[in-house]
Amino acid sequence: MTSLSNTDRSVAGRGALGAAGPWILAALLLGVLPMLFGSPSSVTIMNQMAITIVFALSYNMLLGQAGMLSFGHAVYMGLGGFFAMHVLNWIEEYELTLPLPFLPLIAGLFAMLMAALIGLFSTRRAGTVFAMISLGVGELVAACSVIIVAFFGGEEGVSGDRTVAPFLGMEFLHPEDVYYLIAFWLLLSALGMYLFSLTPLGRMANAVRDNPERAEFLGYSARWVRYGSFVASGFFAGVAGGLFAINYEILTEENLNLATSGMILLVTFLGGTGYFVGPVVGAVVFTLLQSVLSLQTEIWQLYVGILFVATVMFFPQGLAGLIAMHGPAMRAGRLGSLAGPYARVLIPGAIGAAGVAALFEMFHHLRTAAPGDEAMTLFWITFDTHSAAPWIAAAAAAAGGLFLAARGAPAMRAAWDEANRIAQGGAK
Amino acid sequence: MSVPALEISGLTKNFGAAKIIRGIDLTVARGERHAIIGPNGAGKSTLFNLITGRFAPSSGSIRLHGEEIGGLAPYEINRRGLSRSFQITNIFPRMTVFENLRCALLWAQGYRYSFWHMVGRQRALNEGAERIMEEINLAARRDVPAGLLSYAEQRALEIGVTIGGGADVIMLDEPTAGMSHSETDYIVDLIRKVTEGRSLVMVEHDMGVVFGLADRISVLVYGQIIATGRPEEVRGNPEVQRAYLGAVLEKEEAAG
Repeated sequence: MTSLSNTDRSVAGRGALGAAGPWILAALLLGVLPMLFGSPSSVTIMNQMAITIVFALSYNMLLGQAGMLSFGHAVYMGLGGFFAMHVLNWIEEYELTLPLPFLPLIAGLFAMLMAALIGLFSTRRAGTVFAMISLGVGELVAACSVIIVAFFGGEEGVSGDRTVAPFLGMEFLHPEDVYYLIAFWLLLSALGMYLFSLTPLGRMANAVRDNPERAEFLGYSARWVRYGSFVASGFFAGVAGGLFAINYEILTEENLNLATSGMILLVTFLGGTGYFVGPVVGAVVFTLLQSVLSLQTEIWQLYVGILFVATVMFFPQGLAGLIAMHGPAMRAGRLGSLAGPYARVLIPGAIGAAGVAALFEMFHHLRTAAPGDEAMTLFWITFDTHSAAPWIAAAAAAAGGLFLAARGAPAMRAAWDEANRIAQGGAK
Repeated sequence: MSVPALEISGLTKNFGAAKIIRGIDLTVARGERHAIIGPNGAGKSTLFNLITGRFAPSSGSIRLHGEEIGGLAPYEINRRGLSRSFQITNIFPRMTVFENLRCALLWAQGYRYSFWHMVGRQRALNEGAERIMEEINLAARRDVPAGLLSYAEQRALEIGVTIGGGADVIMLDEPTAGMSHSETDYIVDLIRKVTEGRSLVMVEHDMGVVFGLADRISVLVYGQIIATGRPEEVRGNPEVQRAYLGAVLEKEEAAG
């Protein structure tokens, strides 16, 4: 994969097909996915995933590309979404003809306008000042949602009907109909954001991220470079909001509050901010966790939190960084030598994690289940949470698994070092 | 006579009650290589920062090609044709050598805040960056993140980034600081080569470099210029001997 890194050099020198290759693959994949996972629930998850990808990529234009930590990015997705919802209602009310596929563009332009206004003062400084202003603006707009009821619809939000805007005879009644619309916009937005990173403004965003002062001595105002990234990022966040409006047909305060802003930071960081595909990985993993894990357990957010903390602590480059880390060893054909040591850590580690999770779940059951309801089913086994045996079993699995994993870790590290030593030696 | 590249008159800078620059007049002609020397704490770096817009002057005027630039922002000064390097290496550490140089060329080649050009397809831009990379002998390190270069290589890149935009007034702040003898020779050759036909203002502690490179020298002591002239004039000036050079030259002779 040649286009993984933010510090990637020019596309010149590579063939046009080489540069377009990953995009053609992505388009094909998006095209066949509904055939592989055709059930309504899968399509729902994929729609949600695609929207989160667009949102996370737009967030990474700030965090990864321009070095701006925002705590209020949901504002732009939310504003775009609310506006799209209103446009949809206007179409119905005034019998306008505006095909649904153009709605995300309108949402994006509206969010871009808002970003252009807010960015005028928020992008003067980077770092803590920018982060604090983004937090303040986020709270401000979220508070406005119960004040400016005409736009935000108060507590019940704004809802609409996407079938009022047919396109080429398509009514977009079912989630599957919407899937291709969302997939199209996902591809278009991702391509747009990727190409943006290759423009003079996008390159200078990296320069300003690395060293704003030096950029100023090269003729660029760090502030206006940040502003450019901010406005562009606002546009794509708005596109995500428009897609959200189309998919869910309702926008509420939840779409622009702090929790959503925090979620997208988590998603982006989980995937890896240093890689263009990082946010894509993060959004896919997070959406899967959210939709699959939340069906299994009420305390799924606890696990997501643990995963996030572990990522920040052990893999600050994110999941994409974890994958990219194996590039040199793979090119040297040394990946096989890692399989054994990895298995000796990961298998006991998984058992240990399952044991810890079982303890969490049993504790949660003990505290929240109705009195008299003492039976619990975990890992396909039904047992009584008030007896000692399951607690002992779970604790033993947790302690034993983690002990074995920790004991295997030095060997894994040694194997890793060895594989990379050979990989680097071979390259010279 | 043509307009000087740089013309400073009555320049002062106070930080609160502390007077750091106490009235400086200095003229650098076009094409001249001018060195500023002086003891530590004389205000050399402050003078640099005033000229390049990092600080605003308290009073006085700074003219670049006859145009007042005192108090302008660094990017505005750079756009008028003045570029500087830093005493502490100041590059883009996470970007590759090539990317560093290409960013240095963007504004000068007129791309401004463009989001409709693809940098990879701009021929003049990429060839320009490649050419500077050749000049500073870093072609072999093209795709290495700048933060991973050796110290001397980072200094060379710093100079490459400084001259990249084609500014006609180049200001170098201690370009050979912390370098070995061979590295210093390499950097001096490089400076001589890349500042051909441009005006150079340089702060430097290494007297070998100063006397080898400069057409004229100014001696800054305690926020004032006590002497300006050709190297041999400055070397023979008794006041300079007493205030600064005597001690330095003795030390160099003792060391050499």
